[in-house]
Amino acid sequence: MTVPSSTGTSRHSPEPQGSRHKRRMTRKSRRLWLVLACLGCFAVATGLVLNAFSSSIVFFMAPSQVLKAPPASDRVIRLGGMVVAGSLRRSLEGQTPINQFEVTDGQAAIDVRYEGILPDLFREGQSVVALGTYRGGSAFIASEVLAKHDETYMPKEVAAALQRSGKWDPRFGKPPSSESLNSMARGATGGSNGR
Amino acid sequence: MTKATHQPLSGRPAQGAFLHRFANPGRFLRLSRWLFPALCAFSGVFLAIGLVWALLFSPADWQQGDAVRIMYLHVPMAILASAGYATLAVCGVLSLVWKHPLADLAAVEIGPVGAVVTALCLLTGAFWGKPMWGAWWVWDARLTSVLVLFFLYLGHIALIQAFDDPQRGYRAAAVLAIAGVIDLPIIKFSVTWWNTLHQPDSITLTHAPTMPSSMLLPLSLCMIGFATGFAALVTGRLKAAIIETRAQQMLTRRARPLSESA
Repeated sequence: MTVPSSTGTSRHSPEPQGSRHKRRMTRKSRRLWLVLACLGCFAVATGLVLNAFSSSIVFFMAPSQVLKAPPASDRVIRLGGMVVAGSLRRSLEGQTPINQFEVTDGQAAIDVRYEGILPDLFREGQSVVALGTYRGGSAFIASEVLAKHDETYMPKEVAAALQRSGKWDPRFGKPPSSESLNSMARGATGGSNGR
Repeated sequence: MTKATHQPLSGRPAQGAFLHRFANPGRFLRLSRWLFPALCAFSGVFLAIGLVWALLFSPADWQQGDAVRIMYLHVPMAILASAGYATLAVCGVLSLVWKHPLADLAAVEIGPVGAVVTALCLLTGAFWGKPMWGAWWVWDARLTSVLVLFFLYLGHIALIQAFDDPQRGYRAAAVLAIAGVIDLPIIKFSVTWWNTLHQPDSITLTHAPTMPSSMLLPLSLCMIGFATGFAALVTGRLKAAIIETRAQQMLTRRARPLSESA
């Protein structure tokens, strides 16, 4: 069995000189299809695995999900959603700040109680993710609160001008899109859920 | 591929010639003689303008303040981490299917650059996450899938050097590079498929960017600057690798008669 110099070992018997070029091309295209087929199978397998585990891949649960299927009171979960405007109550117990606020996904709301300092980005209307335990009813005791900012960026001056003119209140959802800013046709685009 | 065999005049020979042109290390050396300094100059100019604009003159975000400026490093690093891995996978296909020697050398040289870029993406992300989210790191789908990408890069670097016979290393690393491509759509769509702490993409093909042009323009300049910088690094490393291979071949050719006569 001869070993061709650059095209790897040949599993086929030597062939007449005329069809040699053609044979080499088909071997290449067979390798290409083999690679693509393996990749396709691997992609399908990965997709099935991710689909099967999708409930544990999500970083947080929405309040309506928590109320629909309440987790055990000792299980630590993450609750994500928007802080309801006007729901934040701050108090002090000794040196520890106590924060209580409602988190909503637009369909249901849960009361969150958190002892500690909230992140800088925390505000009413902001999306947050709270780590803690669900104690039944609408009570959630958080041990950690993370602020989740959205994909919208806006210069300070523009945001200030928008709020001054009354076109947008950050406590009630996302700022108007840059398109509507240009045309100034629409106001705020309503409160969206945890995203 | 099979379609090409039905068009002998234009399809197959032209394609062969096209691939052959880039498989030729000598041609690449001649190409890199002007391409490498051109990429360096291009990258330097764009990064100088883009970074000064982004870090000094672009507006602060209304809620993130000046911390938003980390975006001008983080986003290019994130895009280049994925794009670099896609290039690595293309090299893997070229290596497994067409056995291009240049594709193997390119895979060796892209790996470490991509790994550093991915590490920078994770680092800048951590420095951004701490003041904004309140955490250096969370195990959400976006962050975890990028960490997997970093380990894929490390695995590729280790695997390509793990064998005494470099050809076996090239083949094993090519298989890893191609299989790892699955991670790229997971990274891209993690923020839409699952709820994550990481925000969704601001710049998409389907929607208008959720960012004013006073931020988008410096970001684009930084993006072009870092991308050409990545290309310049890879071109320079590849050029050096080809020259090194040739020098070694020359030395062994010269050493052989001496050792035989001794």
